[in-house]
Amino acid sequence: MLSSGRTHLRSHRGVNALIPLLLLAAFSLAPLVYANHAVIFQMMAFMVLAQGVNLLYGFTGYLPFGYVGFFGIGAYGMGIGIELFHLPGLAALLVGALFAVVIALILSPLLRLSGAYFAISSLAASEVLYNIVANPALTHITNGPYGESLVQSYHPLTSYVAMVVLLVLTTVLVIVIKNTPFGRALLAIREDPVSAEMAGIAVVRTRTTVWILSALIGGLTGAIFGWHLSVFYPSTVFDLSISILAIVFTLFGGGGTAIGPILGSVVLYGLYNAIGISAPQYFELIYGLLIVLLVLFLPGGVVSLLQRRGSYVP
Amino acid sequence: MSREPLLSVEKIVKTFGGFHALDGVTLSVEPGEILGLVGPNGSGKTTLINVISGLYHPDGGRVLYRGRSIASWPMHQRARQGINRTFQIPKPFKSLTVRENVELAYHFARQGAMTVDNALDFTGLAPSADRPAQSLNSSQQKLLDLARALAIGPDLLLVDELAAGLGPQELHHIADSLRSLADRSMALIVVEHHLGFVNQLTDRVIVMNAGKEIFEGSLTLAAEDATVSAVYLGT
Repeated sequence: MLSSGRTHLRSHRGVNALIPLLLLAAFSLAPLVYANHAVIFQMMAFMVLAQGVNLLYGFTGYLPFGYVGFFGIGAYGMGIGIELFHLPGLAALLVGALFAVVIALILSPLLRLSGAYFAISSLAASEVLYNIVANPALTHITNGPYGESLVQSYHPLTSYVAMVVLLVLTTVLVIVIKNTPFGRALLAIREDPVSAEMAGIAVVRTRTTVWILSALIGGLTGAIFGWHLSVFYPSTVFDLSISILAIVFTLFGGGGTAIGPILGSVVLYGLYNAIGISAPQYFELIYGLLIVLLVLFLPGGVVSLLQRRGSYVP
Repeated sequence: MSREPLLSVEKIVKTFGGFHALDGVTLSVEPGEILGLVGPNGSGKTTLINVISGLYHPDGGRVLYRGRSIASWPMHQRARQGINRTFQIPKPFKSLTVRENVELAYHFARQGAMTVDNALDFTGLAPSADRPAQSLNSSQQKLLDLARALAIGPDLLLVDELAAGLGPQELHHIADSLRSLADRSMALIVVEHHLGFVNQLTDRVIVMNAGKEIFEGSLTLAAEDATVSAVYLGT
């Protein structure tokens, strides 16, 4: 164990820098060697989402079952940016991000709840968002249940690159947070909010900051995802299984680390594509069981097996 | 002793449902002074500490720190302004190491705070610095609360039953240490059941009963006081 967060960042600079660089290289080159670009793109999207869940769950203990709400609202914010404001794709992404952040601010009182209450209420909130967006009365803004069609702005290459950039930036953000006093403060809050306050940490503000960061990440992922698809329905981008997958990937790999969600996404999403497509119902069962088993028996995920032996896990 | 009090608590009321945990308690403490707070179980000592540190909001009365009312200050602001405490049931960050616990507080350190190493040495936790906090025993965890409080640099330290579970040798050492803090003009309010320990620390105690102070003075005089013995002995 090393003395301070700053020293952590310095002494493990090599391995910390390696992770985003590897991701950058892997996803820049992957389309050249693997023809199914949709799978690669979606794996990236899930990796980013898993990191977003990780920021919240891994560092603060809040399990956001409704995380897909930010994803969906990001996609629709982007769609509104293109359709209503006639913005170019990249600028429309920022509208999606802004929408997600505004929603996060509105929903921030949810953080007063804890444990299962937070998980359920965040799930309910995402269902509310879904029903608002899909409401036929909002057809002139969201096109209601009929979905968005943004074919005029379809730009697969730019949106792919945008996702690579978001993935790398998000990973860097998680590594930085993990290794700086801010990340320690989050862990302290997770352990004991009262002691954290007595140690001078502004609990509410710190928690809200990470909530908004997490929403921003989810919103941007949804925005880029929607842009990349260019045709999507409310049921596509508010699909609860998006939350579930992101949570399972994080839990499996290990929350509170940068590598855990990446590992979880690669292994489980890879597996899902190898066998899951043909028999999706078994995968829902398997992932449901995985959540239960991991939370009960391996709450720190696969990487905790290494951490237990005293190894530094980035 | 005509200095301005660092902290004054005026007619504090705190109720839980119909129960008056604090019923108009008034006291003050000056820089460099140790105030012992004694009284039977349920007399409101810990509740008062919770009100001063900001964990509870009082239902009536005023808490003045350096002459300013701090009613609206959240706990972390009180901590950063120099009010800190230990907990009767210790509350370390269990998954962090002892040193990491102290470092978190030191990040917000004020002028005059001990360094992390000093705080660890002071509390005798230096040999355990790299152990996870959850591996400490209960008395050590209380000392870790103390180390964390010291690392942020308090002017007012609220000590809630530090002595429970310590041996006579350790008690003696802790009493010396706390007195040395007061010598650096820190003000301490010490809640304690162990009267021998209080006696080693200070001449000035306040005896509480049913949410009020019923006696102020030395412990020796308290023992001779009719009201106090009535409360303690039921005679």
